[in-house]
Amino acid sequence: MASTEYYNDRVVRLFLLAATVWGIVGMLLGMYAAAELAWPGLNLGIPWVTFSRLRPDHTFGVIFAFGGSALMGTCYYVVQRTGHCRLAWDRVAECTFWGWQLVCVLAMVTMPLGITQSKEYAEPEWFIDILTAIVWISFGAVFFATLARRRIRHIYVANWYYGAFIIAVGLLHVVNNLALPASLTKSYPIYSGVADAMVQWWYGHNAVAFFLTAGFLGMMYYFVPRQAQQPLWSYRFSIVNFWALISIYMWAGSHHLMYTALPDWVQSVGMAFSLVLLMPSWGSAANGLLTFNGSWHRLRSDPAAKFMVLALVFYAASTSEGSMMAIKTVNSLSHYTDWTIAHVHSGSLGWVAMITIGSLYAMAPRALGRPEMHSRKAIELHFWMHTAGTLLYVAAMWIAGVTEGMMWRATQPDGSLTHAFIDSLLAIKPLYVLRWSGGVLIWLGMWVMAWNLWYTAADARRKVILPVPVPIPEPVSPQTPAPLPVAG
Amino acid sequence: MAYRHFEFIEKHAWMLGILTASMVSLGGLAEILPTFVEANRVKLEAGGKPYEPLRLAGRDIYVREGCYLCHSQMIRALRFETQRYGRFSTAEESVYDRPFQWGSKRTGPDLARVGGKYSDDWQRVHLTEPRAVVPQSNMPAYPWLATAEIDAAEIAARMRTLRKLGDPYTDADIAAAAKALDGRTELDALVAYLQGLGVANEPRPAEANAAATAPVARTSP
Ligand code: HEC
Ligand code: HEM
Ligand code: HEM
Repeated sequence: MASTEYYNDRVVRLFLLAATVWGIVGMLLGMYAAAELAWPGLNLGIPWVTFSRLRPDHTFGVIFAFGGSALMGTCYYVVQRTGHCRLAWDRVAECTFWGWQLVCVLAMVTMPLGITQSKEYAEPEWFIDILTAIVWISFGAVFFATLARRRIRHIYVANWYYGAFIIAVGLLHVVNNLALPASLTKSYPIYSGVADAMVQWWYGHNAVAFFLTAGFLGMMYYFVPRQAQQPLWSYRFSIVNFWALISIYMWAGSHHLMYTALPDWVQSVGMAFSLVLLMPSWGSAANGLLTFNGSWHRLRSDPAAKFMVLALVFYAASTSEGSMMAIKTVNSLSHYTDWTIAHVHSGSLGWVAMITIGSLYAMAPRALGRPEMHSRKAIELHFWMHTAGTLLYVAAMWIAGVTEGMMWRATQPDGSLTHAFIDSLLAIKPLYVLRWSGGVLIWLGMWVMAWNLWYTAADARRKVILPVPVPIPEPVSPQTPAPLPVAG
Repeated sequence: MAYRHFEFIEKHAWMLGILTASMVSLGGLAEILPTFVEANRVKLEAGGKPYEPLRLAGRDIYVREGCYLCHSQMIRALRFETQRYGRFSTAEESVYDRPFQWGSKRTGPDLARVGGKYSDDWQRVHLTEPRAVVPQSNMPAYPWLATAEIDAAEIAARMRTLRKLGDPYTDADIAAAAKALDGRTELDALVAYLQGLGVANEPRPAEANAAATAPVARTSP
């Protein structure tokens, strides 16, 4: 039974391209939003350019379009490699690509037009939600059908994380978006008030947990050992962390609603589980970092590995920060301030973007049939731009957040408030400019990556444009019609 | 549990799928179901009336424009917070908010009790060009609201949808929408919504306000 099967890398390449494009678009929107906060004139008085309409476009663009494309692409890549089998259902897999791009384009166009549900990270309206659900179920079907065809019995741990990511995000998406349409462009959720808040932050927090964490951990568990060229530090430890992570995360959502009208006991449960959550989070980070033990020298020659190591460091850092912010007294200061924004971006620019970029650099040459990326120097440059930009961004917002928190609570000896609200805005305005400049660096870095990928793909592009010549065999006699002249 | 039990899971995709699905459902169920019960009770006690047409239109414009991305509507039960914004927010006040508008970021101040703090005229000028009244503000200008008219049929349709979800609108309420919205602009609606915040959504305004912390910061911004 010597049939030659090939990996289906076509759909992987498409997702790779989409991730790069959406990364640039999403971060451009982030950059523009950051500029609008510093220089409000940039809102221009045009509805769809206004900060409050562009901000959901930024979050959707980077999380679902950039992150989602990267996750789906790497997921298809990893499940084939670890199962030694071709992706199931080529057609459906290709449809998930076009379907997801359609979802992203629809969402990114409708939100600036003001068509929104106003639930953070679930803004798109009901008709887009239905389409999303269909694409998501197809994605899950392709993934699990491919698992079923695998030729290696043991399911490698990266697939566990991808599987949990698919199941949980599907569940979250459906429950949080249950709504009754009033027209094509407007719907009302079936929940209201406190119940809606609880469902929304159960969703919001676990979108972070399963989209921005579990999915990217799947990426990490495959590409980090690959890049370190060593087996995972401890396979069993990764399994323990898996069950702990997916079980605990779902309990922690209420830390987004501390001191609000949510019942007290729910807040306390959220806080307790957020603290416990630190253990599996650090467990995964440690497992990834220790995998580099004995091959740290590779960091000198391999900038993609550098991205991965720093991603893991940021993962450990942002999860410790998160657990700290979930302590009620800390949250009383940090909630509503730019500290949250600092935490979000140390998680998203530090962990999510860096592990993605590292994995793309690791995956791209293999999916494009090249020995390595076009330019190693360019990866090195991208690494420093991204790192510097992220540090600038996070440091600026961290200082801004603590400043706001302190100013809002400061009181005079006679008990009256020291600062008017506008004072805190004035105090942090220079930091908004600093954050913007960090964003510019990061965004330019994305262009360096796009340039590098473009040249790495040159060979693959040529093959698409110039079909590989197929030799015409010698005619076999006897033939009734006159043999065709040999093509020249 | 011996390792071979784990190994069984590791070799069977369906097992992995089922276990994952059940582990991720637990936490959500445990927290959401009791919250629903609690929320239902609150709704019954609150009594109150749902948004009248103009304020409903205003709330939907607040959602459309994304004001919630810079403004919270949830005063936490903390001294410095009640001192600045007024009595802490309660569950009763948002029973008719679909979706809830508590927000998660305060680039601008909390709005839960902004109703009555400024005149209608101040609100109009501020929404059209914030820097005309607060020069250092970084709030965007929303000049298009002043010229856009409200479609009364659309709002009536929305009220009917909300009624299906359980909000107590009567036929008369819905029939009155056309008249209430006649000739009104989006700016009128948004201002009406803002002026009702912390006023019109109060469950039992008189006693409750007297009993709670006095909203000290009402006069000084
Ligand atoms: C970029 C963030 C941002 C957005 C978006 C935004 N605002 Fe503001 N808002 C502010 C800031 C900052 C202030 C404080 C300075 C001022 O009064 O302009 C403010 C002040 C206000 C005030 C006065 C509050 C008080 O107690 O003094 C109201 C009312 C208000 N905004 C309503 C709105 C509405 C309605 C929208 C949506 C159409 C909106 N804002 C969108 C940032 C924002
Ligand atoms: C060029 C890089 C980026 C810039 C300049 C940028 C800028 C911004 C700005 C200005 C905001 C609004 C903050 C506010 O309301 O005060 C924001 C919010 C957000 N961004 Fe980014 N961003 C960048 C990259 C990313 C990436 C890569 C991700 C995710 C993968 C991300 C995820 C988010 C999220 C989730 C929020 C919402 C935070 C919240 O509501 O608390 N950003 N970003
Ligand atoms: C142990 C892990 C983590 C814990 C306990 C945690 C905890 C928290 C807490 C307490 C908040 C503040 C909520 C508030 O005051 O409004 C928050 C916000 C947030 N975190 Fe985390 N965090 C963790 C990891 C991460 C990671 C890895 C990311 C990845 C990007 C992330 C993304 C976010 C986002 C996007 C928000 C903002 C939500 C919003 O208000 O819009 N978190 N987190």
